[in-house]
Amino acid sequence: MRFKSDPILTTAIGVGLATGVYGISFGALSIAAGLNVWQTQLLSLLMFSGASQFAFIGVIAAGGGVAVGAAITAAWLLGVRNGFYAVTMAPILKRTGLSKLLPAQLTIDESTAVALAQQTTQDQRKGFWATGIAIYVLWNLATFLGAVLGDSLGDPAAWGLDAAAAAAFLGLLWPRLKDSKTILTALGAVVIATALSPILPTGASILVAGGFAIVVAWRHK
Amino acid sequence: MSVLIGILLASAAVFSWKIIGYLIPERYLDHGRVKNIATLLTIALLAALVGVQGFTTSSQVVFDARIPALIFAAVLLKLRAPFIVTVAAAAALAAIIRFFF
Repeated sequence: MRFKSDPILTTAIGVGLATGVYGISFGALSIAAGLNVWQTQLLSLLMFSGASQFAFIGVIAAGGGVAVGAAITAAWLLGVRNGFYAVTMAPILKRTGLSKLLPAQLTIDESTAVALAQQTTQDQRKGFWATGIAIYVLWNLATFLGAVLGDSLGDPAAWGLDAAAAAAFLGLLWPRLKDSKTILTALGAVVIATALSPILPTGASILVAGGFAIVVAWRHK
Repeated sequence: MSVLIGILLASAAVFSWKIIGYLIPERYLDHGRVKNIATLLTIALLAALVGVQGFTTSSQVVFDARIPALIFAAVLLKLRAPFIVTVAAAAALAAIIRFFF
């Protein structure tokens, strides 16, 4: 069994397991947000981007069916990072035509990070594919597990699942807070989104906070 | 709009970034201001979701058991606890507080 000692595959599976575990919380929180098991699974199969998926269910949790438009917009805006990863991966993978579709779907934080940590182009490709595939499979299995689990829990608030959702966003945010500019932007966004929630349609306050970040970024460069 | 249609549209929207990145030359995005916007936009949206999930219920500002849970989560994150541990601990603390008070 040669592959057991292969460092790239070991990393890929390790990252896949770690990511998969939080797929369980995504699955459970999606059910708490009001989606059913199959809608939840569809998000992991088709959207396959953690922060965007959490954002989609977060806005639905806050606003229900009338907030679907805002949920789509929030998920879309949170996916912008993947565009930068794709630009970085494109010259490494060198795919043409329709064969770009598959790597595009697997282009997320983790697959890009593992790829870029390798030294040669061959290893970078291997890191990308191994991590992307491992996460895709494990994330979807974990989503299903979490969704079935969430489905059996009953009242989400009694289990603290609303607090878990807030903590999940904090957990996604935390590693991105690196200096005073990022911390102040985050604090401003919390205040804006919270304060505007009572007066704007659900989800819109989140998008206003996003607009605030664009203004800050534009002025400070 | 139904949630199912929303899932399909949102998935297509998220995929659009991924595929655009493979279709355009790197120089269009290799720009300080564009990267800066992407970084801060991600941070602001996640922070906004912390606010809405943590401090509002049905569009009203509500301060309840989620606040100590979030503070606990922040402490755990500061101590480099794994994501799943942080999320589960926040849920447990909120559930315990609600059970006893």
